[in-house]
Amino acid sequence: MESFKPVSSIVTPLDKVNVDTDQIVPKQFLKLVQKSGFGKFLFFNWRYDENENEKSDFVLNDPKYENSNILVAGDNFGCGSSREHAVWALLDYGFSVIIAPSFADIFYSNCFKNGVLPITLDQELVEKLQQENGAIKIDLENQIIKTPSEEITFDIDSYKKKILLEGLDDIAQTFQYKDKITEFEKESKVPSVL
Amino acid sequence: MGKTLFEKIWESHLVVEKQNDPSLIYIDRHLVHEVTSPQAFDGLRMNNRKVRRPDLTIATMDHNVPTTDRSLPILDQTSSVQIQTLEKNCKDFGIKLFDINSPNQGIVHVIGPQLGITLPGTTIVCGDSHTSTHGAFGALALGIGTSDVEHVLASQTMWLEKPKPFEIRVEGKRKNPHAVTAKDIVLSIIKNIGTGGGTGTVIEYRGQGITDLSMEQRMTICNMSIEAGARAGLIAPDEKTFDYLRGREYTPKNYESLVDFWKDNLKTDSDAKFEKQFTLHIDDIAPQVSWGTNPGMTCDVTESVPSPDEFSKGDSNQKKGAEKALDYMDLKPGMAIEDIKIDRVFIGSCTNARLEDLIEASKVIKGHKVSPSVNAMVVPGSQMVKKQAEEMGLDKIFIDANFEWREAGCSMCLGMNPDILSPGERCASTSNRNFEGRQGTGGRTHLVSPVMAAAAAIEGHFVDVRKMDLS
Repeated sequence: MESFKPVSSIVTPLDKVNVDTDQIVPKQFLKLVQKSGFGKFLFFNWRYDENENEKSDFVLNDPKYENSNILVAGDNFGCGSSREHAVWALLDYGFSVIIAPSFADIFYSNCFKNGVLPITLDQELVEKLQQENGAIKIDLENQIIKTPSEEITFDIDSYKKKILLEGLDDIAQTFQYKDKITEFEKESKVPSVL
Repeated sequence: MGKTLFEKIWESHLVVEKQNDPSLIYIDRHLVHEVTSPQAFDGLRMNNRKVRRPDLTIATMDHNVPTTDRSLPILDQTSSVQIQTLEKNCKDFGIKLFDINSPNQGIVHVIGPQLGITLPGTTIVCGDSHTSTHGAFGALALGIGTSDVEHVLASQTMWLEKPKPFEIRVEGKRKNPHAVTAKDIVLSIIKNIGTGGGTGTVIEYRGQGITDLSMEQRMTICNMSIEAGARAGLIAPDEKTFDYLRGREYTPKNYESLVDFWKDNLKTDSDAKFEKQFTLHIDDIAPQVSWGTNPGMTCDVTESVPSPDEFSKGDSNQKKGAEKALDYMDLKPGMAIEDIKIDRVFIGSCTNARLEDLIEASKVIKGHKVSPSVNAMVVPGSQMVKKQAEEMGLDKIFIDANFEWREAGCSMCLGMNPDILSPGERCASTSNRNFEGRQGTGGRTHLVSPVMAAAAAIEGHFVDVRKMDLS
């Protein structure tokens, strides 16, 4: 995984609550066996009509947001299915930061495995950011969001921050504990399946 | 201070414990399917890693499989590739696979318990959010993403922040347990606590309303924990649990000694503390019907579609969500639920496609015909459920009533195979998600119990199944 670099861009406001992963990537696109190329399917049913023409009223189709890397959404973002394809699609499209008042647990966890930073902020601040027209800067190292008019601090678990900043391979980290895993297995009462 | 059941399972699986950071927990059972695993196996190959414990890993194909004649080739090339990829991955990495022709094939959350693979007190993961189903056996069962699938394959462990224990008590007794089901209980819970009400928690369902339920009904409850946002849902094991698992194909040989251990260890202490609490009284609850585009948008069958104001109780974001949902569902506030006409009926999914679900639905169907305006199908949760149902003659009851009787799989719960709604079609579905486009782009889903779906199939619109004779 690549390490997380500071991001500076305008925000794309997605003014919706309970955005589920079925909306982020509809099921017809889950049949691919690789991780790449999901960006074109992002929010597919909201972006395109039945003839696959762009819907002009959906925010991602507004040319103003074309180069945005920061999505700001409503409460409970990423709920529903555990499909990691949702994160792959957001990242491939260009979003490496998602800001919302709350996230669904599995989605939140999936973000960190792919170098995407989910930031939880109070509802009030999220609404303010959704109105922001200028570029904002995300500084993960110092846990600060810089807008043209203010600085907002945010919380993040220290281990998860490290994973993102250093672009660590989760599995390699875990292999440092191989002896402990082996020790655990010796004590375990749970029988094999087969 | 005492401990909750969740805390006991958590502590007995800690490999590396960290305060304030995620801890490393051991995984006893890993269930794998074709949709969320290909990239995980690729990751192993790229890094020259192997599967640490193939003997704790089981695979099947369920999401993509056609539910029509299995002797025919799969027409959808991408589905076919995904299925072949799982076959190759299982062969290369030495994992036991129940393939499309296996008598044990089925929805991963139906076959786990049915085969005795799911066990109390264990940790179970699968790259599927409805893994919470297995919590009905007192297991800590977690849905995970593909990166964690790879991590568990490689290390048989995963990093997890300790969730908070959430007690949901279900008190009282249903007056008509054939008409008011486990599905109605869990939809009532989600309606009350909301789709984010369980975020960051593991729910333990307790109380007489839970202990009264059969194992299959308990699975329906735990299955939908994720629809309330919970990391997992669980129910303490009791004699019903131990009886259910006894003598199944993969039940361990030392089962009785495990039962003795579980009896002593797998319950919440009387002085344990939960961080969150909710109680549902079920004496008078009605059958539930969802009207919107998430499972929290649900009401009694006797009610009318609420207005966005009524639903949102002053929250402007929820109000906007409800307005959008009504627009998508093509419903107007004030419309009686019983006046909503349907085009399709789907009895299936990991929520409600077990033998008991089919038995209960067949009682409603027997001697009736599906309304001429409705297209109805039954998709058993596994090939084993299908066989058992056929031995009881249930297939004939459904087929005589003009239901289609299909092969096992996830089918129209998420429409990854050819079983989908057409744009604008309205479906009474026993599945778990009524998200926009879930069952097919432009399709409209109403979540209900199997008996409510069966009654709607006959009448062509929703009806209060309590009015029907189900004895």
